[in-house]
Amino acid sequence: MAATVEQIERKTLGKVRPHQTQNEGLVFEKSAPGKRGYKLPPLDVPEVDAKAALGAAYREEKAGLPELSEIEIIRHFTRLSTWNYAIDLGMYPLGSCTMKYNPRVNEYVARIEGLADAHPYRPESLAQGILEVIDLLQRCLIEITGMDAITLQPAAGAHGEFTGILLVRAWHESRGNARRKIIIPDSAHGTNPATAAICGYQVENLKSNAQGGIDLEALERQVDEDTAALMLTNPSTLGVFENEIHKIADILHAKGALLYMDGANMNALVGKVRPGDFGVDVMHLNLHKTFSTPHGGGGPGSGPVACKEFLEPFLPTPVLVRRVESASQVPKGEGPGAPSVSLHWEFNRPQSVGRVRAFYGNTGMFIRALAYILANGPDGLRQTTEDAVLNANYIRKNLEELYDLPYKTPSMHEVVFSDKRQAAKGVKTGDIAKRLIDYGFHPYTVSFPLIVHGALMIEPTESESLEELDLFIDAMRSIAKEVEETPELVKSAPHSTRVSRLDEVQAARKPALRWRPEAK
Amino acid sequence: MRYLPKSPAEREQMLKAIGAKAIDDLFAIIPAEYRLTRDLDVPRQQGESEIVSYFKAAGQKNATDYASFLGAGCYRHYRPVVIDSLVQRGEFLTSYTPYQAEITQGTLQAIFEFQTMIAELTGMDVANASMYDGSTGAAEAVLMAMRVTGRQKAVVASTVHPEYREVLQTYLRYRDLPTAEIGYVAQTGRVDMNALAAGVTDETAAVLVQSPNFFGVIEDIPAIAEIAHKKGALLIVSIAEAVSLGIVRPPVEADIVSMEAQSFGVALSYGGPFCGVIAAKEQYLRQMPGRLAGQTVDGNGNRGFVLTLSTREQHIRREKATSNICTNQALVALMATIFLTVYGKEGIRELAEHNLAKAAYAAKTLSAQPGAKLLFKDSPRFHEFVLHTQEPSAQWSQRLLDEKIVGGLDLGRWYPELKNATLWCATEVTARETIDHAAKVLAAAPVEA
Repeated sequence: MAATVEQIERKTLGKVRPHQTQNEGLVFEKSAPGKRGYKLPPLDVPEVDAKAALGAAYREEKAGLPELSEIEIIRHFTRLSTWNYAIDLGMYPLGSCTMKYNPRVNEYVARIEGLADAHPYRPESLAQGILEVIDLLQRCLIEITGMDAITLQPAAGAHGEFTGILLVRAWHESRGNARRKIIIPDSAHGTNPATAAICGYQVENLKSNAQGGIDLEALERQVDEDTAALMLTNPSTLGVFENEIHKIADILHAKGALLYMDGANMNALVGKVRPGDFGVDVMHLNLHKTFSTPHGGGGPGSGPVACKEFLEPFLPTPVLVRRVESASQVPKGEGPGAPSVSLHWEFNRPQSVGRVRAFYGNTGMFIRALAYILANGPDGLRQTTEDAVLNANYIRKNLEELYDLPYKTPSMHEVVFSDKRQAAKGVKTGDIAKRLIDYGFHPYTVSFPLIVHGALMIEPTESESLEELDLFIDAMRSIAKEVEETPELVKSAPHSTRVSRLDEVQAARKPALRWRPEAK
Repeated sequence: MRYLPKSPAEREQMLKAIGAKAIDDLFAIIPAEYRLTRDLDVPRQQGESEIVSYFKAAGQKNATDYASFLGAGCYRHYRPVVIDSLVQRGEFLTSYTPYQAEITQGTLQAIFEFQTMIAELTGMDVANASMYDGSTGAAEAVLMAMRVTGRQKAVVASTVHPEYREVLQTYLRYRDLPTAEIGYVAQTGRVDMNALAAGVTDETAAVLVQSPNFFGVIEDIPAIAEIAHKKGALLIVSIAEAVSLGIVRPPVEADIVSMEAQSFGVALSYGGPFCGVIAAKEQYLRQMPGRLAGQTVDGNGNRGFVLTLSTREQHIRREKATSNICTNQALVALMATIFLTVYGKEGIRELAEHNLAKAAYAAKTLSAQPGAKLLFKDSPRFHEFVLHTQEPSAQWSQRLLDEKIVGGLDLGRWYPELKNATLWCATEVTARETIDHAAKVLAAAPVEA
């Protein structure tokens, strides 16, 4: 039945109105024998009889890869891309994830010839350019954190945690006792306990106090000579700065335990306060959060680990060292007596925890992070932190009348509400999150931290304009109203997406993790 | 600051709305003695053109016009242009982990396609959404095998990439999990089967080998599998050169495959970011680390994809998770997926054939020079080979560098018994004239040498 003109409504909701998205099958379903998306140049050496050369190791049956032309490949992946939400489209208020703008110059410089095509085993004499980039980034990060030494080797935040806890362990062992347990607050990221476990430690939970922070008395009772470290996120996952951090450090240090800081929330601190100044012994950073490298749908990240001087001997190998050659060794014609600095990888480090990754880390991410630091400078980095905190507090102020705020402690870069009021109408945090999609926003982080029942964890970052923030606030207010008036509308959201809520139970019960050709 | 979308007036307006007088009111909770009252000592704020100039200068300082025979876990292959065109779409680049499936179907379907392609290539049933890289992937595969078997010991071939083995040691050391290293046969460069048979016991959780191995030699996977399985151990095959699977028989006898997919369209970038991936037999699925995308349906019966089996993962299971991994290498996995779509079923074979031919020519030409010989000559190889020279490698390396060629990698660094042995790699981008040129330089040893 043909629709009348009146029925074809292009309705705006918040800041969006519907538009078409293209259907697209799996790449395998588009394949047809004989189509090509490549052309190799003619072989300039004699052909080899592969079967004869490889013998039993020869692959008889070709892998079931698709066969498509170039235009189909472009359309396939472009169509898929249009099914994604992204920072480039709008606010992405995922608490703890720091979804800030990913500057395009970062992408450009990471692809510069000489950097992008540098082989990790090229002689150091031919790698001084990239080593200088690594060195400058290391020095910037040491300054930003207030620590003394750093490794860039870890590939992501959790990998950094692993490296940091290994440093803790190696240090304790060097003093004769690795100790047995790591204390972790109940508000921590799941990676913290998982990390402690893979480093061979028992995890002991620390219950948060009424303000959602560290309960100093409980900590004092729990820390003993068997405690290796406390893993602390500061600001906490509630977005609250642990203002008694120095007392926390003192309690630990008095028993010979160390303070590990999960730097996931460093975006609230850069340029305003330095972990090295408030008693942290070792910490990781997430270059893909604070330092603007893109999340790329789940990675790659980079998780540098910074530490105090006493932990430096334990850093993973190799470590980048500067060598200053005295003026007399400098060949003539390179300036009057200027000392020449060269950079080298040092492998001989007997106390090192060893390697945590092949080569030197996610170097492409180092380039991007340094580009971000250079674009900001000291004033830009500070302003960034201030804007991030300003944005979170602006959202808090504008939503605290409609959403329950379980902890009234001042917020830093993120604010955590609960769904207490809405749950009374049968609407949960996950439903509100899904409804936000209809208003053109990515959801906030749902049901985390675990210490808040039905948490809505909102981190706007500094990248949002006042206009975008107001649209978000309007959307959240509108949803709060819908919860009162038409709760079913919220509970069945989203209504505007290509797919509605997906059956996760079926996905887990009968896992289909790959495409298979239909039986002929 | 050009990334910050606020005017000074707007900041004032917002502070007023919040009820704060100045921005530092919002930082009042930080004890005064810790507040930074000076500028950070980092370079001053720079314009975009300055940033580009800085990195261009760094790139040039790296010396860009050298030909190279380096491989060893990091391989130079041509990267089709469409890869960067597509992965730089903001919808892929600036999207988060696809936890909200309704608005991340693009990423999820691409991961599902990646998983399928990896399973097809490796001959395994299932593959995950990616690991950090080949080295950490191999270590995680060993831990996975320990969970599956309930055993605590690993047997590792010394022909596995030395840095992969170092990473494995780091992962195992602090958990008192012992590993035994199995050497190679001097003539073949392959795992010493007698030593392996003697080294694998009823307590062995896993045998870890690499194929093609660090010397470029393809291991006898069926025979190794037999030894491992006889004692109830799992076989893990690490693959550092993914393009080899275009022509080398997949390790179907393995229980777990840990692969580095860098060769599939990922830039060298001085060693990262790369793309590890773990593939396995279906029965070990629940012990797999990392994310998995699975197919399902929505409320209207439309096909869709979600991250699934997350009860293995740290955000649900915390200290009982299969791994602490969270962020993976999603965008790099997308590069690999696009690369494999560009080459496809026929292209990956043809590409592998080109690599095989270039390396065969390079091995033959270089080993024909006076004083040079090919080690492990009669073993099957893909695109790397070990050259032994009478002249110390430091000498001819320098002569090659003078000609703007980076020669083979000195193996003495990791294998003291392989003095003056170097590992060479030739791929489809290695020109015949570079090979001929290198051979000439190699031959031109000083008379007294």
